[in-house]
This record gives sequence, C-alpha cells and structure tokens, in this order.
Amino acid sequence: MSRISKEEVKHVANLARLAISEKEADMFTKQLDDIITYAEQLNELDTTDVEPTTHVLDLKNVMRKDEPRKWLEKEDVLKNAPDHKDGQFKVPSILE
Amino acid sequence: MSLFDYTLKELQEKLHNKEISVTELVEESYQRIEAVDGKVKAFLTLNKEQALKQAEELDAARGTEGTGALFGLPIGVKDNIVTNGLRTTCASQFLDNFINPLYDATVVEKLADAKAVTIGKLNMDEFAMGSSNENSSYYATRNPWNTDYVPGGSSGGSAAAVAAGEVFFSLGSDTGGSIRQPAAFCGVVGLKPTYGRVSRFGLVAFASSLDQIGPVTRTVEDNAYLLEAISGHDKMDATSADVDVPNFTEALTGDVKGLRIAVPKEYLSEGVSEEVKEAVMSALRKYEELGATWEEVSLPHSKYAVATYYLIASSEASANLARFDGVRYGVRTQNAESMLDMFKRSRSEGFGDEVKRRIMLGTFALSSGYYDAYYKKAQQVRTLIKNDFEKVLEDYDVIIGPTTPTPAFKVGEIVDDPLTMYANDILTIPVNLAGVPGISVPCGFSSDGLPIGLQIIGKHFDESTVYRTAHAFEQATDFHKQRPSLGGAQS
Amino acid sequence: MNFETIIGLEVHVELKTNSKIFSPSPNMFGDEPNTNVNPIDLGYPGVLPVLNEEAVNFAMKAAMALNCDIATDTKFDRKNYFYPDNPKAYQISQFDQPIGENGYIDIEVDGIQKRIGITRLHLEEDAGKLTHSDEGYSLVDYNRQGTPLVEIVSEPDIRSPQEAYAYLEKLKNIIQYTGVSDCKMEEGSLRCDANLSLRPIGQEEFGTKTELKNLNSFSFVQKGLEFEEKRQAQVLLAGGEILQETRRYDEQTKETLLMRVKEGSDDYRYFPEPDLVPLYIDEDWKERVRAEIPELPDARKKRYIEELELPEYDAMVLTNNKAMSDFFEETIDHGADVKQSSNWLMGEVSAYLNKQQKEFDELALTPESLAKMIKLLEDGTISSKIAKKVFAELVEKGGDPEKIVKDKGLVQISDEGQLTEIITKILDENQQSIEDYKNGKDRALGFLVGQVMKATKGQANPPMVNKIILAEMEKR
Repeated sequence: MSRISKEEVKHVANLARLAISEKEADMFTKQLDDIITYAEQLNELDTTDVEPTTHVLDLKNVMRKDEPRKWLEKEDVLKNAPDHKDGQFKVPSILE
Repeated sequence: MSLFDYTLKELQEKLHNKEISVTELVEESYQRIEAVDGKVKAFLTLNKEQALKQAEELDAARGTEGTGALFGLPIGVKDNIVTNGLRTTCASQFLDNFINPLYDATVVEKLADAKAVTIGKLNMDEFAMGSSNENSSYYATRNPWNTDYVPGGSSGGSAAAVAAGEVFFSLGSDTGGSIRQPAAFCGVVGLKPTYGRVSRFGLVAFASSLDQIGPVTRTVEDNAYLLEAISGHDKMDATSADVDVPNFTEALTGDVKGLRIAVPKEYLSEGVSEEVKEAVMSALRKYEELGATWEEVSLPHSKYAVATYYLIASSEASANLARFDGVRYGVRTQNAESMLDMFKRSRSEGFGDEVKRRIMLGTFALSSGYYDAYYKKAQQVRTLIKNDFEKVLEDYDVIIGPTTPTPAFKVGEIVDDPLTMYANDILTIPVNLAGVPGISVPCGFSSDGLPIGLQIIGKHFDESTVYRTAHAFEQATDFHKQRPSLGGAQS
Repeated sequence: MNFETIIGLEVHVELKTNSKIFSPSPNMFGDEPNTNVNPIDLGYPGVLPVLNEEAVNFAMKAAMALNCDIATDTKFDRKNYFYPDNPKAYQISQFDQPIGENGYIDIEVDGIQKRIGITRLHLEEDAGKLTHSDEGYSLVDYNRQGTPLVEIVSEPDIRSPQEAYAYLEKLKNIIQYTGVSDCKMEEGSLRCDANLSLRPIGQEEFGTKTELKNLNSFSFVQKGLEFEEKRQAQVLLAGGEILQETRRYDEQTKETLLMRVKEGSDDYRYFPEPDLVPLYIDEDWKERVRAEIPELPDARKKRYIEELELPEYDAMVLTNNKAMSDFFEETIDHGADVKQSSNWLMGEVSAYLNKQQKEFDELALTPESLAKMIKLLEDGTISSKIAKKVFAELVEKGGDPEKIVKDKGLVQISDEGQLTEIITKILDENQQSIEDYKNGKDRALGFLVGQVMKATKGQANPPMVNKIILAEMEKR
C-alpha cells in the first residue's frame, strides 16, 4: 500500500513552492513513499503519555532588553536584492 | 614534514620565537591547496588576498600586543557559516551569487577575536543535507586517503581539508553526524558539542533543534583549544546555554583510571562491519590497559533514531529553507511570469534533489492531518531516545562505539538510494537527538587503508570528560599520526 | 424568515515598544522604506530571533486589561506561508498556547449593557508592507516587519453591526489606556477583520460565515457588516447558499465585494519555534505587570461619578477618550472646578478639536492654562464672555491666561463705584427703558444690561450690573 500518492506529492510541492515535472513527481512519489513507509516503524512504539521534545535543553524565558540598535547601512539593505526600485525590493506582480 | 603536523601549542611557540611567521603558515595553506585541491575539491571559495593581508598585519603585531588564542593559525570554515564580505553558498546554486552576506556568524567573530586566519570556505552537501558531499551543487569533495571514496558529509570539505593538510584546522556543523562521520572517514578528530554550547547565530539553519557548529582538527588537544575559542553564551542565540566554558585542555591529563565506559550493544550489532567492530573492540582493550572499565549497555530506542531524525530534521528544514524565495538575496529565476511562478521556479532551479526531497518530506510531515502521526510522533520518540542516553549516563562517564557502521564508501555507490544513505548516520544521529556531545577520533584502518572512527559520547556540557577519554586513547595510539598518501607538497 | 446575526471580530494591535519583537531594529512608523531593517528582519540565512521582553509585558498588559487569563506556560510557533512581505516565509506567532485566553469586555448599545467574550489574545510579529503598481510589479518595504503585534479574537457574541462598532471603540479605548499601543487605524497600528453569518432565529448551529478584510475605519466595519447582513439575508431568502468567502468593503460603492473563495482551510503547518525557548510566566511576573496597568475606563468612569460627583453623561464622555480624560485629570489637579473643567472639555475644547480635526496631543492649550482660566472665571476676574475670548487665544497659541487678560485689558469691572457711574449715565440716556421696566416689560432690563456691557466692551461683571441697575431704578 502506498503511503503517499502522486497527487499528494504535487500538493506538497505546491505548498513548499517547488515546481516539479511529471518525471520528478514520479521519482519523489516513489522515494517519499519509501521514506514514509520506513518512518512508520515509529508506530511500533506506544507514546501515549510521552511528552514531545522540541528543545533538548530545559531553557526558559530567554529574552533581551527593549533597546533599539541600528545595524545596516542604508545602501547595504538592497545589496543582494535580485531586483529593486526606489529603495524597495521589487517582485513580479501578485497576479497568477 | 608540513607545518600543520605540529600541534597548536608547538606552532604558537614557533610563532612567538619568530621561528616561523603567520605569512609562512598562510602561504603553506595556499600552496597545499594549489597542489592538492584539484583532487580533493575541499574548497568552494578562497579568501587569499584578505588572508595574506591579515597575516602581514598579525606578523607586524607579533609581540607588540596581546595575542589571540588561535593567533595566526589557518582555518577553513564550512560554507554554511556566514562570513561578512566572503561568499557563503551552502554549496547551493541558490546562493551562488551570495558574495556578501552583510554580517558575520558569532563563531566567525570569535575566530577573529582569537586571531585565526580564515583561508576559505569549505565544500559540503547542499544545505548540509547529505552524508557523502556528493550533494554539493558544485563538485564532490574526495577522500584524501583514496580519492575514489567519499570524504563523508555533510562537513566533507572540513574533514578532507584538515586530513589533506590544506588548513591547520576547520569548522564544520553537525545535525545528524555531519562532523563526526566525515572526521571518521578522513581520519581526523571531529567534535559535535552539546546542543547550546556554541552559538548558532550565523549558521545557515538546516534543523534548528539539532544543528551545532564544531571543530575538526588533527589532534584532540587542538580540538579542545578550538572549541574553547568558539564556545559560550551568545545573546543573539536564545538556544545557546548560559553556562561557563571550562578550560577544556586542562582536562587532558592522559588519565582514565576508573573511567566507566558504556558500550551500547545496538552500536555493535548487525550492519556494523567486522573491521569496524574489531577496531572498536581493540580500542576498548586499550582503555582496559589504561585502567578504565567497560560494560555492555542498551540504548533500546536506537533503531528508531533514523526515522525520528528524518521526520524532525526535514520538518524544521522545510520551514528553515522557505526563506530562499528570490526576493531579498540569492539567484532569482530569469523566467518569472508572476510572483507565485517566481517563488516556484527560483526554488526549483536553485535547489538540488536531496534538498527538495527533504523539504517535501518535512512539508508533508507537518501538513494538516499528518502532523500528529509523523511530526509529533517523532518528537515523542525523541524523548524516549533522549531518556535512553540520560539513563545510561547516570551510571557511566562516557558511551563508546563506532562513529559509522563502515569506513568510507565509493563515490557514486549509494548516491541514488536515500534510505541506504540515511542509514549511514545510524550511530551518530541519536547523539543529536539527545543533544549530548560526541567526538570521533581515529581508531584504525580498514584493509583498504581507509580510516575508522571511534565515537565517544558524554553528558550534557561534559565535553571535558569526552576530551579526556579521547586524548588518553590518542596518546596511547599512533592512528592520528598517519597521513593520507595524496600526491603534493607533503614529504 | 427572520435571521439572527452572528459577528466575530479579529483585531490586530501593534505594540509601541522601542525595538522590534525579535530583532533590535527601531520600531518606528513612517520612516523611509527599508531603513529600520537588519539581517534578522530581512530573513537572511543564519539569523535567529531573540524575544523582546517588553513585547511580552505589553501583550500581558493588554490581555489583563481585557480580563484574560494569563498563561503560565506559553511558547511561540511558526506559521508557514509564502508571501513577499513575509521574509522567512514563516511568521513567528502563537498557536496552541496564546498568552491570554477567556477574556471579555463590556459594551453599551442604546443604554443596554452587554458582555462580549474574548477567545484569545496572542503575540506575533507583523509583516512588511507590499505596494502594488499597475505595471506588473510590487514593491516591498520591510520597516514594519517584526513590529510586535497582538491578535485579539472575539467570541461570536456580537449580534449586530452596531455592537461590533461599540466593541471596537471600547477595545481601542481600553488598549489606549494601558499605553501599549496608539491604536491608530490610519497608521495601521490597529487593524480589524470581521466575519459574519446568519442563522434562522431559534437555530443552534451557525451558518456559513464570510470574512471582511481591508476595513479602514470603525464606521466602515459597521457599514460593511450592515451591507453583508442584508446581502446574506437576500441570498438566503432567495434560496441561495452562502459561500465561505473573503470579501472587502468598497468605500465608494458602499458594498462588499468578493476577493476570493476559500477552499478548505489554509494549511499553515504550525509547529513549535525551535529557535525560541518556552516562556514560564510565574505569579511574580504577572503581578509585576498587573501593578503597572493604569486605571481603566470603566473604573475611572465609576470614580468620576462616585467621588467627583460628575453626572453619568459627563463621566462617560470624558472616559471614552483617554486623552480627554487625562487632560481633565490634570486640569482638576491644577485646582480647577470639576464640573467647569468637564464643561469646557466636552464643550469648547471638543468643538475646537472636531472643527480642526486635531487630537489632544496637538493642542497648544495645556491643562494648567485651562485650569488657570477657569479659576479666573470663578473668582470673577473675567466674565464667561471674556473667557471665550481668552480661550480662543489659548487654544490657538497657548500662553498664560492671566497675562492674556492683563495684556488685552480684559479684566472684569467689578468696582461698584465705577459701575454705578457708568450705569447712572446709561439710565440718564434711556428714560424710556426705565418707564418700560416699571410698566412690567422685563425685556427692558436686558436692554439696559446690554448697553452697559457695550459701554464696557463686555468687561462689566454681569451679576453686579444687574444688581446696580435694579437698585438705581428703584431710586428714580
């Protein structure tokens, strides 16, 4: 039984903003299915009362003071921008 | 003999006595790179002009002002560590044009404070996703011991450059074994510190809850010096621990009498090659000779570590790599018709298959209807794996086993088989999931002449004991003195 | 068929901390694009967020003022979506452990009190700002990226657009009292999305709701909801079906227009933010913040009625606007009469602000000068007519009322001898009026007073003028 369909792979690729060809969709469907099938071995374990671990260290309340600090020079902000105009980052129109 | 065959202490003394200059050390690096990097392919970007200039300044300042802990020593930096003014690509085409990242990682600032000289940026698997360096979008780094073989990954460039004598030492990053596995494959010393020991600020995130920067060196002592220089709480990283940085080198007494070693039976089970098992057993016999004791223990959830890791790491990566959208930096597609199209094409053109695969796995594991079954389940199993370690480390000082199930494999051998590739990290991944420190030190060679690594794992923030254990073994053996037979300037 | 209207409101309020929530960039409105940004705000590779403690304190204050329970254990999560104004392609927000829950505010519509529940208040980061051109591109300014934001979600307790309006006014007022935000809708420091559904009266189950976005003022919220209420009723009565849509209110046509139809729910793939550690808010911390919350409008209103003995109407009007209420408090602190202060603020001061479209913080008038002026009026130094002249000067240019009165020679004439002299002269010139008055024409008295005021350029003390005229006429 396959764990993930080609349609689901395409949906996931869209969520992740990846354009994939039909051929890639086939390849990823096979590979992801293998990996997910492998991952399902975790179901052998009963984790009913087990707390999930998000942070391996037990740190709490790490915060900074509310002190403003300028960091970048104005001319650096757009230095790596693929496209810009009037001091702003330029992107193609939203229309799809 | 290369200058890099000396230890840090010896080089500092020679610099201090003006027997050698920083410029000579830096030139040694570039000459060696010139000679061998065509074969090893450890470097992506060189910092030659800046490095030579800095060397000159350091030479001029020698003796006139306070020296840094790493004064004048040539270092290579993995290319996922951000360097202001020096191209940082993560071995990805997406960042091919990222020649000025605008800021320095905290570890890079610390290297500068310690007066190390950055030689260049080291090759890796794209965005640190891989175990062989074959996922670099530029070229695959080769193992200096035999260039038909992989150097391991993802810090393959970091390990190969040190093994090949191209730099004195280097920085790598380790999410599931990415420092220890290539260190084992290349016959050098590589440590993954306790999670939170070293600031992650400026480390391009792969899996935020697992990533750590760590040192790659030829000797344990030098490793300890480098870790000391890069450790410490950073107010820019909320997950960096506010704990004291001990003087790690002070722990290197050579004395392991009474040391209690745990050897997990799962780490010497099927899948681990006979040669590797034998090398580890002989290391354990060496420890017995040195007065330590060892017992077999169990880390019962070890077999679930790989699945747990791939779900957690890929989920975090799917979010961490979402910022590469072509708006503010990086390579944007030339053919965008709309915003959505621009996002999709830029990302698809910029990322390699392994990166896409993991982004999709992570996106799937977090998506509506699957979160509990995959992501949350994996986090719960992570708790069980962490508990395994904590329990064993209550009764033992360190855990010892192999770093990898086998020595290095051949280039192209398993690159198209993700699951087999993932299984290669089965012995290193649990350490990241538990957040504890782990080191790989050379402990033998295979019949093919490839290095084998011994992994020593300690308690949270107890790198001192890990180092002491590793150092005692190193002092009692000669493996770390072997050099790969790559052609070039080495005599 | 009759329908019941169900409205829920989602309000975003920007917190006015000095720096951003996860980066040290200045938190400023109105600066040149992309000048308050650093690599963290730009989502550069390798950067990490560090939480601004003040943003947490401010969010707690807002939550407490809205009667929420404050979480002891709370954390941040990543909300994943791609958009050019969202530089990491995830927003750091709070998913299942918001900082505040189960709050409420009391509103009053047509004299009827009602309690509206608040489901949750959570802390998150604001996005950048996208400007669309009509030439096929958009521009992104990240100055706003990382501004601390609280999202306040109401229970579906609101039953009419008018209640929605009252809820928003009250919410804004309460937040302004806490001092954590300016709540200026025109600057985007308060933003509102509304959702509305109808159900046949008596039905338990909610109908399908539509969401209204891009609402630029409270009155547009009300008008948009009113339109939507009618539109949905028409659709339902015609046997149609309401679709789960996002609509916007068009200020010109006064209609709501379809933006997009929602297909299923958005998949934001929330998961705990690994770069930030959890928060543990103990009682000490909560108490520390609670102690900093100033008196809120309801408490203040009660005090005005009970302690200052103001009419309920005055107390309500004054406390509905924090700036006015603060001005009032300072004015009476400077010794001015309570009711007089209230009258001036609700009357002349409000009229001036309305006419000039100004806010209290833009006034040249200070509480101190208003108090002085009221005192001059009370001790008879100036008449109320003169007071209006003095006020006109004060409100435009500021200054010291005593000095204005002196410089312009506006001191009231209250000297009996001086007034008698003037009055005698006027009575001599107006024999007819005396006659008229004696014949019962009361109006004649008014005329005579007017003549005196005219002769004194309005500076005569009116009660005294009255008294002296009557006395003098008696003698004749």
